[in-house]
Amino acid sequence: MPVKVRIPTPLRSLTNGEEEVTVEGKSIKEVIDNLETNYNGFKERLCDENGQIRRFINFYLNDEDIRFKDNQETAVNDGDQISIVPAIAGGL
Amino acid sequence: MVKERLFYLYLEMKMSFVKGLKCRECGKGYPKEALHVCSFCFGPLEVDYEYEEIKKVISRKKIESRPPTMWRYKELLPLDGEPTVGMQVGYTPLVKADNLARKLGVDELYIKNDSVNYPTFSFKDRVVSAALSKAKELGFKTVACATTGNLGNSVAAQAVQGNLESYIFMPANLERGKVIGTSIYGTNIIGINGNYDGVNRLCSEIADKYGWAFANINIRPYYAEGSKTYGYEIVEQLGWKAPKHVVVPMAGGSLIIKIGKAIKEMTELGLIDKSDTSLYGAQASGSSPISTAVKKGSDIITPVKPDTIAHSIAIGNPADGYYSVKAINDSGGCAEDVSDDELVEGIKLLASTEGIFTETAGGVTVAVTKKLIEQGKLPRDESIVICVTGNGLKTLEAVMDKVEKAPVIEANIEEFNALMEKKEVCTA
Repeated sequence: MPVKVRIPTPLRSLTNGEEEVTVEGKSIKEVIDNLETNYNGFKERLCDENGQIRRFINFYLNDEDIRFKDNQETAVNDGDQISIVPAIAGGL
Repeated sequence: MVKERLFYLYLEMKMSFVKGLKCRECGKGYPKEALHVCSFCFGPLEVDYEYEEIKKVISRKKIESRPPTMWRYKELLPLDGEPTVGMQVGYTPLVKADNLARKLGVDELYIKNDSVNYPTFSFKDRVVSAALSKAKELGFKTVACATTGNLGNSVAAQAVQGNLESYIFMPANLERGKVIGTSIYGTNIIGINGNYDGVNRLCSEIADKYGWAFANINIRPYYAEGSKTYGYEIVEQLGWKAPKHVVVPMAGGSLIIKIGKAIKEMTELGLIDKSDTSLYGAQASGSSPISTAVKKGSDIITPVKPDTIAHSIAIGNPADGYYSVKAINDSGGCAEDVSDDELVEGIKLLASTEGIFTETAGGVTVAVTKKLIEQGKLPRDESIVICVTGNGLKTLEAVMDKVEKAPVIEANIEEFNALMEKKEVCTA
């Protein structure tokens, strides 16, 4: 199932500068695995040694934080849009 | 001897003590550029200082000899030269709050009052002064921010001072005072449907694409350092002594970390004796991911969808949540949250005891302080500082139906006398 993934600046060195890439996957986890297959080195940047998404990275599926869904098990459908966004400060 | 003196002279002349940026997670170093996350592990980047050299030149006497602004601590701020934006920011009053202390049943209480900060009446003037001065050093012509209100006010105002173009992105449902208090400066203001977390996500993508200096995104390491001056000032104004307890409002969680860092730096630089300050975090219950984690004894921040009138701290996905939990726990403090009704009572309590009108975030901090004292978590016989970071005139909506309506009479003395008869009047 092809989905579009928006790539933040720090990871574009892995995608030859592409801001958005299309990968296959039925869940966020599969999308991450396929990103690794297509663009070597992706997974260790996104996930810690236990395979968990790193603390300062936010994943959004169609504008919804995946932590409000099923985290890496969140189902992904054809044509969905995924954004990978570093944590951002603010407020007060 | 001559060599030593020459070296000291060189340090005296030296404008910058910044080595570069450093990842807080993995320690990887980066140059002094508009970068905010580690390209390897996505950890936040922090400014890395030459503390050994700072130690040789900084002293209480030198700081005291400088104008009363946040820039009196310039060796510990992230510029390569002198500030060019917001040179008058900071050094707000530390008020000894004896009336409020009596009401809460504590011995020694202070309000660090940034509701009168210059130029836009909030703590954000500090971080924006640092951020925009740095943006100018880095050659940016356009600055921007995602904001819950106060940051937008300050970026818009200080961009005018710095002759910078500005773009402000804010949730469309913010208080009128915050919106008008931004657009008045002639900035480009864009309202975004949804909450602040959505605004932030959009701005992250805009920052990537447009190459502007986003105060709280790609300039964040420099911006965040401005917060430390709030802590330095508390210590200096207490007579070069760290308080025993500090209660801090938390949104993204940065300020509480930086107050802790400020006290630690002053201790390590020998400006104050060893301190044992405990940090206490305050949130609104409708947006309390950090206080929830602290209360659960966890360092995992579970994001929430904010639902509170305390818009300025309504951040459901706090970027500095993890480190703020750590700062609180390491200091021996704790965190608490209060309802919207309690925060309104907090605003009224501060106004009616100390004559300080704070915004919703300040109401949260006062109400949390009261709660922690009642719970016995804040001792009654040690010094407590409450951090008031914003001005109540910007969030009138929060209290407009909660204050007594003014009676209206004709302009004659009989009507006034009649009104007074209904009250117990002191005529002395």
